[in-house]
Amino acid sequence: MIRVANGQGFWGDWLEAPVRLVEQGPIDYLTLDYLAEVTMAVLEKQRQRNPELGYAADFPPLMERLAPKLKQKGIRVVTNAGGLNPRACAREVLRRAPGLKVAIVEGDAVTARIDEFLAKGYRLNHIDTGEPLDNVRGRILSANAYLGAFPLAQALTAGADVAISGRCADSALVLAPSIHAFGWSAGDWDLLAAGATAGHIVECGAQTTGGNSQVDWREIPDFDEIGYPIAEIDAGGTFAITKHAGTGGRVTADIVKEQLLYEIGDPRSYLTPDVIADFTNLHLADDGPDRVRITGAKGRERPSCLKLSINYAAGWKAIGTLVYTAPDAVAKAQAADRIVRRRLEKLGLRFDEIYTEYLGWNACHGNAAPAAWAVPEVQLRIGVRGQDRSAVERFTREMAPLVLSGPPGATGYGGEGRPKVREVIGNWAALLPREEIRPRVEVFE
Amino acid sequence: MKAPLSQIAHTRSGDKGDVVNIGVIAWRAADYPALVREVTTRRVFEFFEDRIAGPVERFEAPNLGALNFLLHGALGGGGTVSLRIDSQGKTFGAALLRMEIEIDE
Repeated sequence: MIRVANGQGFWGDWLEAPVRLVEQGPIDYLTLDYLAEVTMAVLEKQRQRNPELGYAADFPPLMERLAPKLKQKGIRVVTNAGGLNPRACAREVLRRAPGLKVAIVEGDAVTARIDEFLAKGYRLNHIDTGEPLDNVRGRILSANAYLGAFPLAQALTAGADVAISGRCADSALVLAPSIHAFGWSAGDWDLLAAGATAGHIVECGAQTTGGNSQVDWREIPDFDEIGYPIAEIDAGGTFAITKHAGTGGRVTADIVKEQLLYEIGDPRSYLTPDVIADFTNLHLADDGPDRVRITGAKGRERPSCLKLSINYAAGWKAIGTLVYTAPDAVAKAQAADRIVRRRLEKLGLRFDEIYTEYLGWNACHGNAAPAAWAVPEVQLRIGVRGQDRSAVERFTREMAPLVLSGPPGATGYGGEGRPKVREVIGNWAALLPREEIRPRVEVFE
Repeated sequence: MKAPLSQIAHTRSGDKGDVVNIGVIAWRAADYPALVREVTTRRVFEFFEDRIAGPVERFEAPNLGALNFLLHGALGGGGTVSLRIDSQGKTFGAALLRMEIEIDE
């Protein structure tokens, strides 16, 4: 049996979580999942400013902080912190924690090969909408394939204390140690499905230990020291989800079900680069306090294609906000929205989209929200997006004047000043035959 | 008898690009047939009609007592393109709990 703990569910997650996983109980592997779809866009912006960046910058300082304990306890780290630049990430880890043996997985970056793929006849149409890549072709900033778990497993087998990947399937971080420890191989579809399913359940950190759960959040103990999830996986493909004793949060079958369904499509076909996992045969059972036992994982042969994540320049945007107060808070905010839109129109400015929301009234619950007249205060939130930066800049000057020249009772304009103009990076998902991708593992001695 | 969906189910929602997924899980296995009967793609589409383009897809996982919905064209482009406060669809699940359904007495 191996214990694989996940200490980050995204870049920006609780900094203390991985430290506590290492210190508060036994684990064999620490995984750190930093990459969401939006994270790749953020990393792309950072790399544009400095070619030595483009990885999860929280990671090297964390390794510096943890290195002595990792060595002492024999805990190995598996992460996608490499983002768009695993090599630079590894260099920084080695500079800060020279005692660690670091390996990287590369081969996911295919930005320079897009023309080659198109010439070979791969369409790279958008996975959801079917749109042709031509619509964004000239604006591509980066393209990465989602790698599977086998290259990371190879890094562990080569003796790495820290295995750093670029873009890989989130679940691969947990599947990799399982492959390494148990010698699973392509063809062991049920076993690979078990490892990938365990990975999926823990990839969002505390979301499987009581965080962001509707399973009576009032009753969940000690959110302030919530324990992050641990998957205890055995060679036969059964596993348990748990957390360290004495930590906050809770692990129950109901909570694990919420996470099992999180950000998936067809539960019969959870697609990963290494296996297609079927969630509809799983059996979840509470097995003592804060422990859920999971059996019945079934898998089918891995897909013939890998998913590509392509970032492209999609223009500029800005968000402006103002708060309106009762009486008639919503009506005032709606009047202010009309004023802004008329002014933008009279200035002749063109946008791809103008989108208005009323926070505190219906921004999140839409038609299910309560009657507008009952709302004591509301935040007007106007967003604009377009290809012309100067038009977006001009919009940022149109919110503050409303305080003196629009409906009464406006506030909340100070503090952060004018809205900021931000670059928009779009994400394009497409499929590519897997033979085109050759992952490489490199170990730094 | 009419009741909000929250009476028999809990939910979690998230994003993939411009698509929102909502997992709807019956608190008790005995209520799963009511979920299947009441929470249809059509009703979910109508519930979110003011903000999604559609279509809505539904998948069944009887072993979990759960349904999974995919709401296409739901986030104004998704990711960093979206202008919405909930650009990653985190609150769609909680919103759906207000949907009124017919439950067994």
